[in-house]
Amino acid sequence: MATTPQLTVRGQFGDYGGRYVPETVIPALEELEEAYAGLADDAQFQNELDVLLDRYVGRPTPIYHAARLSAEIGGAQMYLKREDLAHTGAHKINNALGQALLAKRIGRTRIIAETGAGQHGVATAAACAMLGLECIVYMGEVDVHRQTLNVFRMKLLGATVIPVMSGSRTLKDAINETIRDWVTNVETTHYIIGSVVGPHPYPTIVRDLQSVIGSEAREQCLKQFGRLPDVVVACVGGGSNAIGIFHPFVDDTEVRLVGVEAAGHGIESGEHAATLVAGTPGTLHGAKSYLLQDDEGQIYEPHSISAGLDYPGVGPEHSYLKDIGRASYVGVTDQQALEGFQHLCRAEGIIPALEPAHAMYHAAQLASELPADHIVLVNLSGRGDKDMTIVAEGLGVEL
Amino acid sequence: MSRLAATFAQTQAENRTALITFATVGFPSPADTVHVVRALLAGGSDVVELGIPFSDPLADGATIQHASQSALDQGTTLAMAFDVVRELRAENVTTPLVFMGYYNPFLHYGLERVVAEAAEIGLDGFIVPDLPPEEGQEFARLAKAHDLDLIPLLAPTSTDSRIQANVQAGSGFIYCVSLTGVTGARDQLSATLPDFLGRVRKHTDLPLAVGFGVSRPEHVATIAQMAEGVVSASALINILEDTPAAQRYDALTDLVRAMRAATVRQATAET
Repeated sequence: MATTPQLTVRGQFGDYGGRYVPETVIPALEELEEAYAGLADDAQFQNELDVLLDRYVGRPTPIYHAARLSAEIGGAQMYLKREDLAHTGAHKINNALGQALLAKRIGRTRIIAETGAGQHGVATAAACAMLGLECIVYMGEVDVHRQTLNVFRMKLLGATVIPVMSGSRTLKDAINETIRDWVTNVETTHYIIGSVVGPHPYPTIVRDLQSVIGSEAREQCLKQFGRLPDVVVACVGGGSNAIGIFHPFVDDTEVRLVGVEAAGHGIESGEHAATLVAGTPGTLHGAKSYLLQDDEGQIYEPHSISAGLDYPGVGPEHSYLKDIGRASYVGVTDQQALEGFQHLCRAEGIIPALEPAHAMYHAAQLASELPADHIVLVNLSGRGDKDMTIVAEGLGVEL
Repeated sequence: MSRLAATFAQTQAENRTALITFATVGFPSPADTVHVVRALLAGGSDVVELGIPFSDPLADGATIQHASQSALDQGTTLAMAFDVVRELRAENVTTPLVFMGYYNPFLHYGLERVVAEAAEIGLDGFIVPDLPPEEGQEFARLAKAHDLDLIPLLAPTSTDSRIQANVQAGSGFIYCVSLTGVTGARDQLSATLPDFLGRVRKHTDLPLAVGFGVSRPEHVATIAQMAEGVVSASALINILEDTPAAQRYDALTDLVRAMRAATVRQATAET
């Protein structure tokens, strides 16, 4: 007698993760999972990716001793993992490139992606241009107006940018609309999701592709200092740069892992994007994780000065790391992020993106309380060119 | 026998497909919902789905997205949806009523509390489009314990092994999504529908109901030849949107009545 096929719950990080999506796309997720599993032993694919990471993205990115900044703070030594030096200006390319190659491998020629600030959209558009794939980027109409420069970049790179008019017309609605496109065109289309969110296997695939950050940094620390850092700090929106640098250190239990969320106008104000600090578990965009939700389980609009952190959910693996106590998560306000931003500009001649400016601020607080022979490693996940008008506005400067 | 099972037994005995209609709770306004359902019933609906609005309805097209957002903007809650069921049952409405909604509002309310309250007030089941059976085992267990149906959805992309496993996990009827896409009125039905229904039928004796894109009586007539149930939703919301308030309930009843007339199977298809 034939046995009933068993549907197992997979892709779980403790109670988090899973596949809370319409049936229509589940077979595509199963196919993606299988194709991805096959790539682990595919030397040709790995080699192709490694060569592109080296020659197209510019990896490995260095770790840089922020000596003047450390001296000014007067505590531990701060080192920056320079993802801002990667092609297209942020860590997003690591994932976009890997997934675009994966899409080609599974025979999908139409690529869709969501973007908030536009960094993931630009990275995906670049990867698609280089690999000859059609690229469609969904972007909330509000963000299209806030980030005109990145919209223009995507178009120059050959992508079609579709403004999303539904809901709050920001990142979460752009993700909804991208999933709707995928539900409709799943047979020809691969969805390159931009963070460690979404249904299984996305959080795992994006984690693996971004782990190049932490793997390099770990090796660089061992080579340069002969030991591991004491603390690793990264900003968390969806959480891909943070998981990318944390993951290779998770088993090194002596290394503290600290995620920094956007506290916006302050947690008490209710206007923030600090999902892990102030949210509760629920399901959104295909996964169970911490969320910003009201008493009815409706998702509410987050706020952050940084569009890349302005998301009401978070990757399920972060929820797991929080609950088991392996990583801790804190909030940094808009004003504090601007402070961290300016400090790095003046002390080191590096203009960070507003996202890692949150991490910089908190890392400086941590460093000030630690002895001078300790090492604080910060993921400088992107450069700040995209944020000039927002920073000027935040500082009350007219351009 | 559950109310849903009895309804399908009855409609099959009458040689017609069951007409399943839809109302978004809180749309056009929270006070209108009961009137909308009465209009659906007056037109001859065999089952009514009550749509629970959610902030992020990722399986829905523009029509239901807009209705959901409007309902939320007017402060619609899950408690109001329960009140609608209470009010209808107090009027001795015996038509099966099911909730169709995304998982998070149910999860947040508490699954145990949702099913207990649903059973107590006479709801018949749940359709949760973002809860595939592998994630819905706890919900299914609780629903079963309260004699409620958790109705599974299948899509044209479902593999045979998924079809087999999904139908075993569900009860009431099988919601067959007619096309690869989101909800919304469309001009034509998918050409691959007969093949898809054939693949599903190999694995289950439960009634099959076809939804997504069903907007006209002709669509209902076509589906009547292939399935035990037919679901129309967005087309009904469109009527509410497009008709002046004074005539909207009558217009809704008229469309439902025309669809209901189309549920009767034509003799040529009997063989």
